[in-house]
Amino acid sequence: MIEVKNIVKRFGDKPVLIDVGFTAGDNEIVGFLGPNGAGKTTTLNIITGYLSATSGTVTIDGHDILDDPINARKQIGFLPEVPPLYPDMTVEEYLNFVYDLRKCTFNRAKHLEEITEVTRISDVYKRVIGNLSKGYKQRVGIAQALVANPKTIILDEPTAGLDPQQIIEIRNLVRVLGRDHTVIFSSHLLSEVQAVADRIVIINKGRIVADERADEITRVAEGKRRFSFTICGPEKEVFASLRGVEGVSYVESLSSTDIDSTTFIVESATGVDVRRGVFALTATKNWPLIGVESIGMNLEEIFISLVDKPQRASRRTAAGANERM
Amino acid sequence: MLAIFKKEMRQYFITPVGYVYIAVYLAVSGFAFSMFTVQTASSGSDAQVNVYFTVLMFIFSVLVPLLTMRIFADERKMRTEELLMTAPVSINSMVAAKFLAAYSMFAATFLISLFDYYVLFKYGKPQPGVLFGYAVGILLLGGAFVAIGVFVSSLTENQITAAVGTMAILLLMLSVNFFNSYIDITWIRTVLNWISIYSRFGNFTYGVFDFTALLYYASIMFVFLFLTVRVYERRRWE
Repeated sequence: MIEVKNIVKRFGDKPVLIDVGFTAGDNEIVGFLGPNGAGKTTTLNIITGYLSATSGTVTIDGHDILDDPINARKQIGFLPEVPPLYPDMTVEEYLNFVYDLRKCTFNRAKHLEEITEVTRISDVYKRVIGNLSKGYKQRVGIAQALVANPKTIILDEPTAGLDPQQIIEIRNLVRVLGRDHTVIFSSHLLSEVQAVADRIVIINKGRIVADERADEITRVAEGKRRFSFTICGPEKEVFASLRGVEGVSYVESLSSTDIDSTTFIVESATGVDVRRGVFALTATKNWPLIGVESIGMNLEEIFISLVDKPQRASRRTAAGANERM
Repeated sequence: MLAIFKKEMRQYFITPVGYVYIAVYLAVSGFAFSMFTVQTASSGSDAQVNVYFTVLMFIFSVLVPLLTMRIFADERKMRTEELLMTAPVSINSMVAAKFLAAYSMFAATFLISLFDYYVLFKYGKPQPGVLFGYAVGILLLGGAFVAIGVFVSSLTENQITAAVGTMAILLLMLSVNFFNSYIDITWIRTVLNWISIYSRFGNFTYGVFDFTALLYYASIMFVFLFLTVRVYERRRWE
């Protein structure tokens, strides 16, 4: 159980985390989601005690990370953003070092064998870390986090830079770990977090902007449908007409790439299909409709749809007033 | 703490650094030993053990940085310090383990080179007390040198910067009292003498165990190790 309360972190005068707080229960997989530079790594570094917060508290199973750091850190296995590996050691030497460093008292050989099997690094066990591929290095990094058999495992962007096959393997590993560990892992990919996490905490510009069950986020994210239409016709007129189509809640014009056609982003509520309406409009007006595409929402847009609703409404009004096209 | 100590010792021998240090030190110190004791004695004059130990200090000021340059700089560069600083180990133990590893390398190599004394005892009549005094002096001085190297290494992630920085500080601290003959002002000379690692070494050369020198070297060691701990504590808060 991890409790993060009111964390504020400043680098100099610049606040990077503002009142960050969330909890992760036992055997829960928490996905920590946010764009690059949002404060994910800083938050995770504070939870693990690598950095200290300017104010606020972190408790790991009741042990405060500042007041009782040794006991708190015993509960945590941490894979930092860059796996902390010694390239001149073999995997075997490295895991044995971590075993000693964390003062483990298991049956050494059996325990390390189990970990190398779970993380699937048995076949490189005797090899020098510096010669391993990135995927293997990442897995050795995860193995390192498991050595002390901690209750909580914190993984900072465990899939960054891996190929699709490796990403799937790491995700599966995280799922397996989540059965008997509390896992916090960070990512900037919504799909990844959705695929693995029980709960999603979203951070943006140093603030927690959402903390929801994974299926709840999906529901919110799917609250809208978006299409892009490429239409040949007078841009201003098409824009105005699209806004009049039934069910359309938002229209945005992208700059023309072709001489006589323009791409428009059109949004509607779920359950309404505006494609028929738009087709009927373009047919009536004799504006050839040369492209229709369904667009998923990206992370930024989900942030906006989750937390910035009032702001977005005002932006849309402003856009309308300026006839932003 | 033992885990970090063992890791550091192993790393000296996984990479060539440990071997290079031992080989270069034994070769250079052996050469100096031969030059200033055996050869001067064989040409009829007295063996100059004091010159040998003075030269030894300068050899160490160039070689000790080899032992300490990697010790924190590399952890920082490879981002492995996150592993150490999130493990259930205090910063004090981490710094102590690393210092002890580098110091063990220093002391073990120096003790090996004491086999050179054998020649003196076999062919001459050295004063054991004087030689013992020198050896103790060098072991204390080495502690101060290693602590300074460890501290400088904690300030940078570049090993070369750490090595050159340490060399510069050690050479300066060794030679600062050589400027005394150019300075008239008494209190500056006193201060320079006080700072100088070299002038503190003086009493050991008479075979006298100098307690103030022991305190001096121990203080340098303590201050620089303390500063290293502070560097890490501060980084956590930055």
